[in-house]
Amino acid sequence: MRLRQTIALLALVGFCIALYLWFYKVGIIGHLQCGSGSCEYVQTSRYGVLLGVPVAFYGVVGYALMLAVAIAGLQPTQLERRWPTTTLATLSVGGFLFTLYLTAIELFVLHAICRWCVGSAVVMTVITAIAVPAGIRSK
Amino acid sequence: MRRFYLVLVLVAAVAAVLMWKGSRGGSADAGASSSSVAVSAADSAFRGFTLGSESAPVEVVEYADFQCPHCGEFANIQFPTIKEQLINTGRLRWRFRDFPLGFPWSRVSALAGQCAGEQGKFWEMEEALFQHQSDWAATSRNPTSAFRDLARGIGVDLDKYNACMDSQRYAGRVEVSHAEGAALGVTGTPTFFVNGRMLDGRTNSDAFQSLVDSLTAKGRH
Repeated sequence: MRLRQTIALLALVGFCIALYLWFYKVGIIGHLQCGSGSCEYVQTSRYGVLLGVPVAFYGVVGYALMLAVAIAGLQPTQLERRWPTTTLATLSVGGFLFTLYLTAIELFVLHAICRWCVGSAVVMTVITAIAVPAGIRSK
Repeated sequence: MRRFYLVLVLVAAVAAVLMWKGSRGGSADAGASSSSVAVSAADSAFRGFTLGSESAPVEVVEYADFQCPHCGEFANIQFPTIKEQLINTGRLRWRFRDFPLGFPWSRVSALAGQCAGEQGKFWEMEEALFQHQSDWAATSRNPTSAFRDLARGIGVDLDKYNACMDSQRYAGRVEVSHAEGAALGVTGTPTFFVNGRMLDGRTNSDAFQSLVDSLTAKGRH
């Protein structure tokens, strides 16, 4: 139960970060609070959109799914079920690979770092580090 | 369990407040964030700095950011050839428009270009900013004094330049230029418009040579 609670909390934090970046991308927020980072440069680059959809929106959907699965897995009838754990492990691996791709673009193509993206990458990495071993153990 | 849901709601509420506050704040960029800039009619009327003959049959409008590495690469590698083969021969006119992306020094470098331009030295400053981009762009310290050195190097009157920079005289111009670029669909830099049409694909000197050849050939028929 603790594990699903932790993932739910982290997914919520990731969801808020992705939502903030998506709000910027669609014009709801005028400027990103980024310190001396390069958030706007990264977000407005050609890599800020994938298949016609803002990259941040993939994050919104991904984190929302994780949050929903984790909360569903916390319901009394689902606590002993394995599916939430394996689903969270699968989702986190997908999210982690996508995060790796985006971080590589920042470091090696754009040569710029968006602090919010780093924040999201850290959240996704921690979720993966928790969810994958749990998913393996549950088999 | 109830305490857990309370924590979730609390996190969501804190995030919502931070986002709301963040959306009302300014940019991190030194040198006039867009939310605090007053725009005059003269700012709106300014169409950018041009290089080349007024009667050139083709015009390229470039939206660029002095701190953008791709813009620096283009300016240092491709632009000298374009200038020599197309602009200096009267076949192409080049128009520079600021499109500060949000790098730490995007706007202040745009102002440096504008303040040199006030004294008729925009293109010299543009070249100097891009040539020395790796020196000033990588630092976390405000590069204003580095820009002053560059301005001195190209023969700008420093008293006038300093007054211009201190007053952020052309912040409105930079914002207007950015807004116009955004309205035209510019999302990254450098972005080029050739006779009003956004350029897709390759943007090296050969591509511009071919484009100018084809546009001038069409014009003759």
